[in-house]
This record gives sequence, structure tokens and C-alpha cells, in this order.
Amino acid sequence: MTEVTPDKETRGGEPPPSSPPPAAPPDNGWRKEYWSRNLRLMVILLTVWFIVSFGFGIILVEPLNEIVIAGFPLGFWFAQQGSIYVFVILILVYAKMMDRLDNQFGVGEQENQEAGK
Amino acid sequence: MSQIQTWTLVFIVASFSVYLYIAWRSRVKETAGFYVAGQGIPTIANGAAVAADWMSAASFISMAGLIAFLGSDGTIYLMGWTGGYVLLALLIAPYLRKWGKFTVPEFVGDRYSETVRTIAAVAAIIISFTYVVGQMRGGGIVFSRFLKLDVTGGVILAAVIIGLYAVLGGMKGITWTQVAQYTVLITAYLIPAVAVAQQMTGIPIPQVSFGQILSELDAISVEMGLNQYTEAFAARPQIDVFLVTMALMIGTAGLPHVIVRFYTTKSVRGARYSAFWALFFIALLYTTAPAVGAFTKLNLLQDVNGISANALPSWIENWAATGLVTVNDGAQTINTVSNSPTSGADLIVNNDILVLASPEIAGLPAPIVGLVAAGGMAAAMSTAAGLLLVISSSFSHDLYFRRVKRDSTDKQRLLAGRIAMGLAVLIAIYAGINPPAFVAQVVAFAFGLAASTFFPAIVLGIFWKRCNATGAAAGMVSGLVFTATYMIYTLPVFGTAANPHILDISPEGIGTIGAIVNFVVTIVVSKMTAPPPDEIVEMVENIRYPAARREVTAGNVADAT
Repeated sequence: MTEVTPDKETRGGEPPPSSPPPAAPPDNGWRKEYWSRNLRLMVILLTVWFIVSFGFGIILVEPLNEIVIAGFPLGFWFAQQGSIYVFVILILVYAKMMDRLDNQFGVGEQENQEAGK
Repeated sequence: MSQIQTWTLVFIVASFSVYLYIAWRSRVKETAGFYVAGQGIPTIANGAAVAADWMSAASFISMAGLIAFLGSDGTIYLMGWTGGYVLLALLIAPYLRKWGKFTVPEFVGDRYSETVRTIAAVAAIIISFTYVVGQMRGGGIVFSRFLKLDVTGGVILAAVIIGLYAVLGGMKGITWTQVAQYTVLITAYLIPAVAVAQQMTGIPIPQVSFGQILSELDAISVEMGLNQYTEAFAARPQIDVFLVTMALMIGTAGLPHVIVRFYTTKSVRGARYSAFWALFFIALLYTTAPAVGAFTKLNLLQDVNGISANALPSWIENWAATGLVTVNDGAQTINTVSNSPTSGADLIVNNDILVLASPEIAGLPAPIVGLVAAGGMAAAMSTAAGLLLVISSSFSHDLYFRRVKRDSTDKQRLLAGRIAMGLAVLIAIYAGINPPAFVAQVVAFAFGLAASTFFPAIVLGIFWKRCNATGAAAGMVSGLVFTATYMIYTLPVFGTAANPHILDISPEGIGTIGAIVNFVVTIVVSKMTAPPPDEIVEMVENIRYPAARREVTAGNVADAT
């Protein structure tokens, strides 16, 4: 049970390196571009993180508590329920978007090679 | 033996046998298996292991109780202990996995210098040790109530079992055991919560249905001398709620035993998805906890409100034996309830028992009570095991082999790891028998220290190439000293007098300020001293990309330097 190998049989025929995208700029061009896109995504997601938790759950909790939905004062709901749901979604969005970014730039990994090194 | 004891024994023996069986199956023979499980743990399993590692006795046993008495301000723990995963997933986990070695001090050691590595190893040991104390105490509470063992016997029994599977299997054994422990603890948490929700509102989803009882709970709380439940900032001022939440979040992202879990995944991508699964599994419990807190508190207050002191429900007598519930001597009927021993209220209930007692308070059948006990043990043991591994690896890998004996074989390293683990177990037993303060609060201090030392050093190490060793060392030391000084100044547990809080900032929240101090000192000192050498800059550059651009092999990345 511990020696689980990811199921890669279906992809076995492929050459391991991902094919380079057509526009292959000098080395540092793509690195800067990749990194700045990564940072942009990060800043956007962290802004949402801050607004929902510290914004709705702490700073604005009292005015939001005037609104009551299904028995929950809204600020209280954000602080004790809503923010946690948002956190889970944020990480999923990050992982998905980074998958896309990695593939675009051809830096995605083949999982079993990493494990076997 | 009562029915509850029988069932508790059944569940505890059954779950412990499973843990030991798994440990035997996954015993290891080489250091990579011992420290990072050979970097071969599948993503979802790793997520469950992180969740079990993460959710300690404090989360399982104390948190709902704390929320029940803090009311709206319980949010500090709910958001604080989940929001940190966003930081961890976005700022730390994928990069450290790419860099990929054994310990957290090892990263800062490679990134900065041997001095910083030593500081980090010592900080990791202090933090993990503070934290492990809370786990041992949590385990002791479970045993003393349900098996009528004394706390000493309970702690020794729990520690011996943990010791067995941790020493045998290292990280690999711990990880697979934690997957089993997560299953036990989440089942034990959700079943009574769903049952109580169904019983009180007719809707079996606690997250949704506890809204319906909030206005009733507000009313009865006020009647019995407590704050209105949903009123914000009744227990702590707003600035403190903000700072404590932030300290817990960045502390989470800086805790060595959590970060090290992401070294065990197969890839950088795996680290990102592990963070997602971890928080998903954690959220199952964390969104249930406030519901459990609210339901149990309402049940409890309704059970005792206006009841005469000699006609109280039987759970009070059961728990009075542990000293965690006390009826005030002079009280004829119960009109006031509090969690503070000095409040003079008619009934005093310790936060720590609320979850363990909730099935009894709600009148659920004995097997469920027994299951909850096994869940509490699983939570305490899984976290303690992860912490013991950090203590052992920091000691043997980062201090002993770096400082004392550099030329050692793999076999010697493995042996030293195991000996360090054994010693850590002995220290944990001592600490569990002589514990300070409340479980969750003890843990909060570990977070303050992690927030003010590791988080800034790691984040700057990844995102700011100009950051150098002198800066990082100065930052970590000043963050640690600042935070520890304020805690010692404001808390009586260290044997000093408790002084009043400055500017309403509690000792749990000071980690946020400590982290800022660390960031500022690191940046200023780095700017004033020479930039780091080129090979370090190149190393930082390389951890930013999951794999080399065309050829995927790891060798290429190293060749680029």
C-alpha cells in the first residue's frame, strides 16, 4: 500500500520532456514572464483572502451583522463559516491556474520521474 | 465498568491496533524514508495526513469549547487556523518542495548560513516542544475521564504507542498512521455533531442548521450572566482579534511540522494539491466546530438553568470527578454559568470538556461517547507524532550531524534519528504529566513563536533574492526575543508576575508584531550588508520553476549553476 506508483501507463508512449512551445525566447525572457504571472495570480488571490477574512470577518463584522440570513448574522457567518469555504476554493483555484501556467511554459513535471530521482 | 467505559475501551483498543499494524507494514530502513517518507506519498493521502497532523488535541478537544464561551470572537481560532493554509499553499509549500530536502532548518541553512540553520533548529525544537505538551495533556484528559486511569498512566500509555510507530516507521509510518487517524477523528467528530443537529433542528447538516438556534442562544446566554453569543468583540477588543487571527495564520504557515509535510509529496504540483486536500479535510472539522460549540452550549444552559444543585444531570457528576466541572458550594439552584474558575458563577465548566462531553450532554448512546474518546486520542497522537519527528530530525539531522559529526553513514544517521525520537518521547511524557495552562492556549504560544521566526525568513528567502544570511539571522533572533519577552511579561505561566496588556494586545497576538519586527530587521540589515553569493541567488531562482524547461530531469537544474 505504501509503494503507490501513479498510473502513467496510458501516457507511456509519450517522450518524457514536454514539447517546447513554439516561441522559445532567450532563457531569461520566459523566466521573468512566468514569475510575474505567478506573482500576479498570487496577489489577486491574497487580496481576496484578506478581504473575506479580515475585511468581512473582522473589520466590517458589526455592520454586516445587521443583515441576518437563515438565522446567521452575516458578519458572524463570514467569520465562522464563509471565510473557511473561501480559503478552500482559493487554494484549488491557485493549483488549477498554476497547472495551466506550468503547461504553457513547459515547466510542468512528469510526476513519477520526480519521485524516482 | 460502565457501558461508556466498555465502549471507550473497545474503540481505543481497536484503533490503536490499526495504528500499530500500519506502522509495522511501513517500517523503514533508510534515512529518506525516515524523514520524508521517500517523497512518495500520494496527494490525497498526504492531504489527510497533513490534516491529522494539524488537527491536534486543541482542535478536537478544546476548540469547540473555546468557541462556545468566546462566542463570536471564537473566530480567531476558526479563521486563524485555516487561513494560514492559503499562505502556505501560495507562498511556501511548492517552493520548498522543489528545493526538496529533509527539514525546515535545512532550507534556511542552505539559503542563508550554518548559523541561521542552528538558530532555526533550536527554534524548531522549542516550538515543537511547546506544542507537544498540549497534545500529551489532551490525551491525559481522555484517559482520565473515560478509562478512569490517572493522567500519568494515560500519558505514558499514549506516548509509548506513539513512540513505537514513530521510531519504527519514521515519517513513512507516521504518515500512513495519520491517514487512519484522520478517518477516526473526523468520524468521531461528525457523527455526534450530525446527531445533535438533527435532534435540535431537524436538519442533519450542522453547518447550516446552527443558524436557527442562534437567537435562542443569545437570549439564554444573557439570562445566565454571559455575553450575547453573536456579539462581536465581547471577549476581546477588535485590534486584538485582528492580531491574534493574523498571528495564528502566519504561525500556521511557519510551523515546521506542517511545512515538512509538503516535502513528502511526489512533485511540486503534488504539494499544491496536497495543500488543497489538507485544507479541505481540515475544513470539514472546522466548519462543524462552531456548530458543535453553539449546540452544546445551548443544551448545557438549558439543562442546568434554574435546576436545583442536587438534581443536576448525570454528566455533571461524571465530569466533576476529573475536576473539570465544579458546582459552586453555596449554590442552591444554577442561575449562572462560566468557564472561569474565579468568576464565582454557580456552575463552572472547563472549555476542554465540551466536545468530549457533548454526546453525554445531548444524551446520545454510549458507543458514540466511546467513539469520541477514540477520536480525541487520534487527534492528540497524530499531532504528537509529527512534532516528535521534527524534534528528532532537527536535533539529529541539523544539530548533531552538522555541528558535531559530519562524516556519518546512512545507518548511523538513522540510528541517531531513532535515539533522538526516543528521548523526545521521554521528555513529552514528563511534560504531559506536569502541564502548564489550557491546551489551546499553550498551542497558541507555539504559533506566536513560529510566526515571528520562520515565516519571514522563509518567505523572504523565496521571494527576495537580495536577502542575506546576516539579515535573516538578525531578523529571526529579534523576532524571537521580542515575542518571547512580551509573552513572559504578560503571562504568569513562566513563573513571573502577569503584567497588563499594552495597547490591548494579548500575548497570543504578539506574534504578528514579532513577524513585522523580523521582516523589518531582516530587510534593513540585508540592505546594509553585502548581497548573497551568486550560487545562492541561482538556487533561489531555480526553486521558482517546478521543472527545468525542456529536459525534465532534475540533473539539469543542478547543472545550470
